[in-house]
Amino acid sequence: MTALLEFLNTYMWRLIFALVIVGVLPLLAGYVVLMERKVMADMQARLGPMRVGPHGLLQPIADALKLLIKEDIIPENADKLVFWFAPVISVTAAMVAYSALAIGPFFQIAELNIGLIFIVAISSMGIFGIILGGWASNSHYSLLGALRSTAQMISYETAAGLALVGGVLLAGTLSTKQIVQAQQGGTWFVFVAPIGFFLYLVASIAETNRAPFDLPEAESELVAGYMTEYSGFRWAVYFLAEYANMIVVASIATTLFLGGWLRPFGSIAALDFLDFFPPLCFFVVAAYCFYRTPKQPEPIQSAVMALFGGLCLLLAVAMALPFVPGLADSKPGLHGAFWFLLKVFLYIYSFMWIRFTFPRFRFDQLMRLGWYFMIPLSIVNVLGLGVYKVLRQLQWNRWPAFLLTTGGTLLVAIWLVWIAQKKAGIPGSVGDMTEAEG
Amino acid sequence: MTPTQISQIAFYFFAGLAVLGAILTVTVRNVVHSAIFLITSLLATAGIFLTLGAQFLFAVQIILYVGGIMVLFIFVIMLVNLDVALHQLQFNRQKWVAGLLALVLGSQLGVAIWFARAKGSLDIPSGRTGTLSPQNVEQFGLALFEKYALPFEIASVLLLVALIGAVVMTKKRI
Repeated sequence: MTALLEFLNTYMWRLIFALVIVGVLPLLAGYVVLMERKVMADMQARLGPMRVGPHGLLQPIADALKLLIKEDIIPENADKLVFWFAPVISVTAAMVAYSALAIGPFFQIAELNIGLIFIVAISSMGIFGIILGGWASNSHYSLLGALRSTAQMISYETAAGLALVGGVLLAGTLSTKQIVQAQQGGTWFVFVAPIGFFLYLVASIAETNRAPFDLPEAESELVAGYMTEYSGFRWAVYFLAEYANMIVVASIATTLFLGGWLRPFGSIAALDFLDFFPPLCFFVVAAYCFYRTPKQPEPIQSAVMALFGGLCLLLAVAMALPFVPGLADSKPGLHGAFWFLLKVFLYIYSFMWIRFTFPRFRFDQLMRLGWYFMIPLSIVNVLGLGVYKVLRQLQWNRWPAFLLTTGGTLLVAIWLVWIAQKKAGIPGSVGDMTEAEG
Repeated sequence: MTPTQISQIAFYFFAGLAVLGAILTVTVRNVVHSAIFLITSLLATAGIFLTLGAQFLFAVQIILYVGGIMVLFIFVIMLVNLDVALHQLQFNRQKWVAGLLALVLGSQLGVAIWFARAKGSLDIPSGRTGTLSPQNVEQFGLALFEKYALPFEIASVLLLVALIGAVVMTKKRI
């Protein structure tokens, strides 16, 4: 018993953080779904969910409840145990991956020396949930979806991993905390390695199976891909895993390329007024909520709106705490979490923007993009960043070194596009030779 | 509980899981279930690496074996006809020879461990159990690129040759 108490005492904060992650991540995922529906509605000139709660604010909770009490159907010839187990693998991988991420200098479950490759390794296991689920369903659509998903993830994981190697090369460490600290005072790595960031953005969209790379669940061809036979709560668990994975890749990109919990322009003293942004942002939202409260059609909606405004006010007060004399120490923790989550949500917003802008790829196009463009370019990108690092050590200025390496990588990218277009025989393209020959 | 005790419990847990997974891999009839148990076994091996403080090997084991090779295994398994495997004979009739060989190997290992114990060379130096060396990846990288640079380069050239060979063999026209 004393041993247990000692254990709890040593690891208390980590256990609390773990509970917070497990509790908050599903809620966050639910609200990312709501955000996606709202963004989609906005881009398509609609209103989106408006019924449950004011402006549909309670929609995720209603959806979760609906899925919980829905009938759970298992196909007759399914492999029952694997069918039951597959969604759990997916969601576990996504949640365990979060344990090494640092949301602010203090909020981290495990400070690992191998932080980044730990996250990559654990989240690469989420794919087993998809393959086994597709196989266990004993359905053609599911199996085809699972096969597509496997091929896609294998192809794009290489590109994503090599894009991360570029960032790690600049940071000189694998620990998530130290990667962010390496960007402190200097520039964020997105400005040093823009091509690496672009590669990771594309590869992470492909890895999370989102449009325009959502072939594993292409509804016009495969019903719903690997989740065709799933219903009710098991389906919800897959859905949760997908959105949790999105949050994980967004967090990796934020840590490695977007400066993690650091404030934008943290090293410029003239822009210190940006410190007022977090509390001000919540104050404005709270004020808007209170302004809209009397205008809601139902009293219950007014109440929920007021509650939401109160929550925002509470957060605003929490964010304003660092300005109280004597509490300035809480600034990195509170504001760090704010900036980190803001960047994560901006990254996810770009995912949504891309989803509603581009049509879906064909499978051979997807493979060609992965193998002929992404992987060669990511290798060249690593080489270029290595050269950049050597040039910086040789006392070169930042701009010549940056222009030389990034320009070189860009030239390779253009050359790759030219070759790919020539191979695909796209008429009228830069690489089209048919006209010249004929 | 001291870190050493936790590390010992973790070791026996992972070791048991690895052996159990390996046994089930060969005894289970369904090929996909075999693959799942092989994954379990490989993951448990990764866990043993972690208890030994080899963090980098832990990550590489998961990324390469579990995330790469096993995914390809299952991919291939799904493409072939599973029903054929279910009706075939799972084990051939040479179990006595196999049992004898297993006995010889087991006794060999047992004797080796027994002698090593008597000499005391199996004792892990104190201070190395349970503590994860914080600079593992750095040390690994330095060893690979400074002390063992030549073997490392030769191995990578070998892998490159294998890679190109595979492409050449599968492509009809280059």
